[in-house]
Amino acid sequence: MAVKIQPNKTPMKEQEPEVRIKNFNEVALGYTEEEAVKEAERCLQCRVPMCVKGCPVQIDIPAFIREIRNRNFEKAAEIIKRYNNLPAICGRVCPQENQCEATCVVGKMKDHEPVAIGRLERFVADWEAENVGLKLPKLPDKRPQKVAVIGAGPGGITCAADLAKMGYEVTIFEAFHEPGGVLIYGIPEFRLPKKIVKREMDYIRALGVNIVTDVVVGRSITMQEILDEYDAVYIGIGAGAPKFMGIPGTNLIGVFSASEILTRVNLMRAYDFPNYDTPVKKGSKVMVVGAGNVAMDAARTALRLGAKEVTIVYRRSEKEMPARIEEYHHALEEGIKFKWLTQPVRYIGDENGKLVAVECIKMELGEPDASGRRRPIPIEGSNFIMEVDMAIEAIGQGPQKILLQNFPELKLNKWGYIEVDPETCATNIPGVYAGGDIVTGAATVIEAMGAGKRAAKAIHEYLSSKVIGHKT
Amino acid sequence: MFRILKKRRLAYGTHDFWVEAPEVAQHAQPGQFVVVRIHQYGERIPLTIADSADDAIRLVVKAVGKTTYELCSLKEGDELADVVGPLGHPSEMGKFGHVMMVGGGVGIAAIYPIAKKLKDHGNRVTVILGGRTAEQVIMRDEFRFADRILITTDDGSLGIKGVVTDAMKKVLEEDTVDVAWAIGPTIMMKFCALLAKEYALKIWTSLNPIMVDGTGMCGACRVTVGGEIKFACVDGPEFDGRLVDWDELLKRLTIYQKEEKEALEKYLKKVGEPSWL
Repeated sequence: MAVKIQPNKTPMKEQEPEVRIKNFNEVALGYTEEEAVKEAERCLQCRVPMCVKGCPVQIDIPAFIREIRNRNFEKAAEIIKRYNNLPAICGRVCPQENQCEATCVVGKMKDHEPVAIGRLERFVADWEAENVGLKLPKLPDKRPQKVAVIGAGPGGITCAADLAKMGYEVTIFEAFHEPGGVLIYGIPEFRLPKKIVKREMDYIRALGVNIVTDVVVGRSITMQEILDEYDAVYIGIGAGAPKFMGIPGTNLIGVFSASEILTRVNLMRAYDFPNYDTPVKKGSKVMVVGAGNVAMDAARTALRLGAKEVTIVYRRSEKEMPARIEEYHHALEEGIKFKWLTQPVRYIGDENGKLVAVECIKMELGEPDASGRRRPIPIEGSNFIMEVDMAIEAIGQGPQKILLQNFPELKLNKWGYIEVDPETCATNIPGVYAGGDIVTGAATVIEAMGAGKRAAKAIHEYLSSKVIGHKT
Repeated sequence: MFRILKKRRLAYGTHDFWVEAPEVAQHAQPGQFVVVRIHQYGERIPLTIADSADDAIRLVVKAVGKTTYELCSLKEGDELADVVGPLGHPSEMGKFGHVMMVGGGVGIAAIYPIAKKLKDHGNRVTVILGGRTAEQVIMRDEFRFADRILITTDDGSLGIKGVVTDAMKKVLEEDTVDVAWAIGPTIMMKFCALLAKEYALKIWTSLNPIMVDGTGMCGACRVTVGGEIKFACVDGPEFDGRLVDWDELLKRLTIYQKEEKEALEKYLKKVGEPSWL
């Protein structure tokens, strides 16, 4: 090899832990041009790029990195946007370590970290926003057909944007007062600033997509009314219904779902109460149950709200933890404590119904279960009490029921999610497509975007093959 | 945006709005609610739909906290940032025979559309309306369709001096009742439910726990009904009051008491005397 490759990723500046735990500003601060070029030079420009295979939306990664090397950042942005409508978001929240960076050839070399593809993607998107502003691709002539997209989360937005770029008239129906789905109500400001989500939404609107907020499909408008008016439908309503363990004391004051805390803080800006009207409870000793990304977000949010001590309890061990490694490291740096192999069994309240403690039991790992991970088994007699005044359950979400109840013709799988053809996202109803968490159960932003892309392609094929006229 | 088409004061601190919200109006059924956010800094609050016609819905609002104080200060022509709905399951409808409809305070507005529709279904409708004073027994002229109306006031300024359960007892002693509804303050609904239990009477109550999104996404509104955790927003809001864990609900309603007080005080400091109430 002619050029020696730096073994490590070019570091990205971050707010220091002791500073950032007192604010909601973004933790990671991004690359400068010099840092981006330096990192881009680590790329081998493989002729058979493995990274692209790892990307759910198949971005031409070597091509955009090449443009960064040439300091042609605008061109780099144009390349990414051919594949990905939300690069500033994906650069921040994609689990690259399991995707493009997992398959990166540099990362396979001894003692080498993969190219920081996510950081470079973020750099390009931010650079474009700052230096070029909103730039639209050439849009084709309008097609006569209308497509409805239900849910303005990452999948719905991707599907809508791709269809708009093909010339379709697209309307997104969103239940909340702001579009973005989990990007707005779920992922905290310190990981994904809301102004970036707004920026990407402006781009989607500029493509001609009509985003209608405050509409709960199944209630404000029925599925039948949508099917009557639109030629095709994409359902991307996510998995938003929080699950609870259901242990005694769940309804005590001080027990919350992570969804509630995060919705209050992110969507409703409760961290800025009383300037914003929505309050949020501030715990002093906080327990978070679960060890996925939502649990990390909830724990780090509780800390920023002023908690003295935040402990994540997880019934399995560090090895099985589903959170992104970067989020785990951030949480550790910020002083979040972890109690592995621990399962709450009962919430304990005082006479006013306020949570004062949680009884837990220690676990050990047995044989692998259906998920392939070793099954946690309670150790008899190992119960102990943890004094806390706030407990946040982040153990997963289920399907949102309102639309599904209103549309019983839709075929569901045994877990209550929509059954689709994985290639096309087609449901059992012609012209109706679905993707993202409402199909897979809680997963990632980029996987939902991948589904939205596949669905857009399939909807285009479906509408192109239809000989009958369009709906008016 | 959702324009306020009509507004009038029904009693001190209780105001009657007609708000333009075409999708909601076209789909609303008795028993459902909307979530309202008045402006970009606002919180999302649930309000029962009192009526709907053409492109507008009727909301009757009692000023109890910052958001409802501010809402009551708005005028005809003003706009609300968000009105989402109709949410929740509609009330169970049918011909049941003799139905008893109990409304307390602003809850009178909530039982109004249900009582009217039950009448349309051919039921014999007895209405019990309660308030602290005669003024607080709102909308009483609008219940003329009812077969029988009983009014109770705490101070005896109108009707029976006492509370709605006194009137319920009177009706239950004199007559057979097939099903009842009771909507009002949580403490009132609790005692209505306890009484109904004594008479083995099914009683629907519309629960008003703290909510955020109103679409099943946060779990703030969870209540225990028949020993099971339910989300009032998507599983309710109406439940058989005999099965509701009222004491738990009453406690959960106090979660944000401190913050509610702080927000209202800050607001009143800014706007001064709430003369509009």
